[in-house]
Amino acid sequence: MKKDIILAGVGGQGILSIAAIIGYAAVENGLNLKQAEVHGMSQRGGDVQSHLRISDREIYSDLIPQGGADLIISVEPMEALRYMPYLSQNGWFITNTTPFVNIPNYPDTEKLMNEVNSIPNHVAINADQIAKDMGANRSMNMVMLGAASVFLDIPYKKLEDGIKFVFGRKGDEVVKANLKAMKAGKDFAEENKA
Amino acid sequence: MKKLMLLGDEAIAQGALDAGLSGAYGYPGTPSTEIVEYVQRNREAIERNVHLTWSANEKTAMEEALGMSYAGKRVIVTMKHVGLNVAADPYMNSALTGANGGVIVAVADDPSMHSSQNEQDSRYYAKFALMPALEPSNQQEAYEMPFLAYEISEKYHLPVMMRLTTRLAHSRAGIKRRKVLKENELHKPENPNQFMLLPAFARKKYKHLLSIQEDLIRESENSPFNKYIDGEDKSLGIIACGLGFNYLMENFEAGKCPYPILKIGQYPLPRKQIEKIMSECENILVVEEGMPLAEEMLNGFLGNTKIKGRLDGTIPRDGELNPQIVRKALNLPELPSQAIPDIVAGRPPALCVGCPHIDTYKALNEALKPYGKGHVFSDIGCYTLGFLPPYKAIDTCVDMGASVSMAVGAADAGLFPAVAAIGDSTFGHSGMTPLLDAVLSKSNIVVIIMDNDITAMTGMQDSQVTGRIEDICTGVGVEKEHIRVINPLSRHHEENVKIIEEELNYNGVSVIIPRRPCIHVYAKRKRKN
Ligand SMILES: Cc1ncc(C[n+]2csc(CCOP(=O)(O)OP(=O)(O)O)c2C)c(N)n1
Ligand code: SF4
Repeated sequence: MKKDIILAGVGGQGILSIAAIIGYAAVENGLNLKQAEVHGMSQRGGDVQSHLRISDREIYSDLIPQGGADLIISVEPMEALRYMPYLSQNGWFITNTTPFVNIPNYPDTEKLMNEVNSIPNHVAINADQIAKDMGANRSMNMVMLGAASVFLDIPYKKLEDGIKFVFGRKGDEVVKANLKAMKAGKDFAEENKA
Repeated sequence: MKKLMLLGDEAIAQGALDAGLSGAYGYPGTPSTEIVEYVQRNREAIERNVHLTWSANEKTAMEEALGMSYAGKRVIVTMKHVGLNVAADPYMNSALTGANGGVIVAVADDPSMHSSQNEQDSRYYAKFALMPALEPSNQQEAYEMPFLAYEISEKYHLPVMMRLTTRLAHSRAGIKRRKVLKENELHKPENPNQFMLLPAFARKKYKHLLSIQEDLIRESENSPFNKYIDGEDKSLGIIACGLGFNYLMENFEAGKCPYPILKIGQYPLPRKQIEKIMSECENILVVEEGMPLAEEMLNGFLGNTKIKGRLDGTIPRDGELNPQIVRKALNLPELPSQAIPDIVAGRPPALCVGCPHIDTYKALNEALKPYGKGHVFSDIGCYTLGFLPPYKAIDTCVDMGASVSMAVGAADAGLFPAVAAIGDSTFGHSGMTPLLDAVLSKSNIVVIIMDNDITAMTGMQDSQVTGRIEDICTGVGVEKEHIRVINPLSRHHEENVKIIEEELNYNGVSVIIPRRPCIHVYAKRKRKN
């Protein structure tokens, strides 16, 4: 078993929590893990990505080779496209559709979505809206995790444990909201994986 | 035992702690920062009373570490690659004084300059100082190397460098812990003159350092971190240093490489194994993360056509490695992959909405309007992003502290106005001494010390000068009435512009302190408590 995952977004959007939960679930499931993160300058509103590698064999490189990613999970649509060179031929492309606009030359959103929709294996989900509808604005990233969970080959229960582990300190309410958000993302992906 | 999931940086910290560490010294700098930060929040370290507060800069950190070594204890000093330039004086001399308690100089390099102004390779400093160096290829090695480093350091009475690079520093994996060693008892050096570098002593010490070089090569030849992995196909032999090994193995199914590999994790280079691979293989590919140190040594001055790597263009001369680059160097077919769609725009880092630096720059720009561009010497920190549009407020960024000193030089040459824009932590690091120069030479400069209460760029570390800036400036000799504190908020804009104008018109040294916390300070403090 091997899953190479690119997590993408803009500094401050919470991709490292997604990584932490998948990582926790993978390790609890007895798998090896390497996770390269971006610290430093780019975190100031720049593009950030994390290379998350899970395998039952030894993992060598901390970086995923181009053309090798099984999944791109992005909390922002333009950022998802930035990592296209990494996507493998049968890989899945899972992105939030809500743009994060902090640059003057952000592309036209319709053209952007056309580009997303032209990718054969994709799930495009308005995770911000889903989270907002549930009254859990800050759980957008967990909706994305839920959408990705369908492709992870990790028992869903282990991801739930991961949420409890990562958010446990913040109290039951936060854990519950995040579990619900993840479930909503999962349901959406199951219905909409083209 | 359950594995700990640690960043490369954190693994070094945990390794040093488990190998009997008594103190961690350092100054923040990406990608090295998380070494000291890990010690700072580690419960065992706190209980053991391990020294863990940040130093004012890398030079003081290196010297403090030497002091702890003098007292017999094991110590680690951490910095980013350019920090070693700041610490170079004590670092180079520490090879002569040597160590009493074990010393690790942990330096994190940043090839591809993700968050740095150059991509120098610290292994050259190890070679320059004739000091052994260890370079991990993965998190488990990063954890284990401190044990060996302290052993070597105390056996040869010599500091040992641990060099790592961005990708390992900031990549997480599981590590297995070893048995925890006890800290050393306080003990002064056996030789009371060990740390005395008067020329008569220094000459002897240098001869001694030269005399143990063969022993250090022997250590490398017997090191568990230098491995000769044989292969059937001798048409190529591969020397892979540090992370280079991972990118190599990544390109072979289940890590089955047909060629002999010499995996390097300890320097000086192991002569015996190098001789073996050079004599057995037709061609040699050198894969190193950073500059071509091993490759240059093997090439010699006259070159050797058998050796491929960064010097002959098989691997790009600059930038960090990755699996694709090494794949290409191995002549393997590229994996099919797509281009980035044209529609994707760049998203450079930027000042946060609400950042105090923004209001400072708006006021400064307005005050400087009559003089045109080219008057603001700046420095390194979040505020360097003020170079970018829409602010375009600063003109230079060279090295920490250079804003003040360059403004002095430019003012001395007759440039008016000459403004320095520096952050509070950078001021504490290296801005105080050039301010003294300015006072002594009565330079006509305005120094803007942007006090956001924190070292923001590197991830919110305490700033050494918080609450002390005015006192430092008066202490250095800046006149009280020309130390002006302003509140960088848009509603104070007019007033702030006026104050800057007044100080531009004062012929002498002025200091303006825009004071407002970084917008993330509050959240950070809350999380920490
Ligand atoms: C010699 C050296 N050490 C460390 C660094 C890393 N570094 C870059 S900016 C910075 C801190 C800046 O803090 P401050 O001056 O308070 O500005 P802020 O980011 O808070 O605006 C540090 C430590 C460096 N570039 N060079
Ligand atoms: S982190 Fe703080 S100092 Fe840095 S840009 Fe953001 S608000 Fe400004």
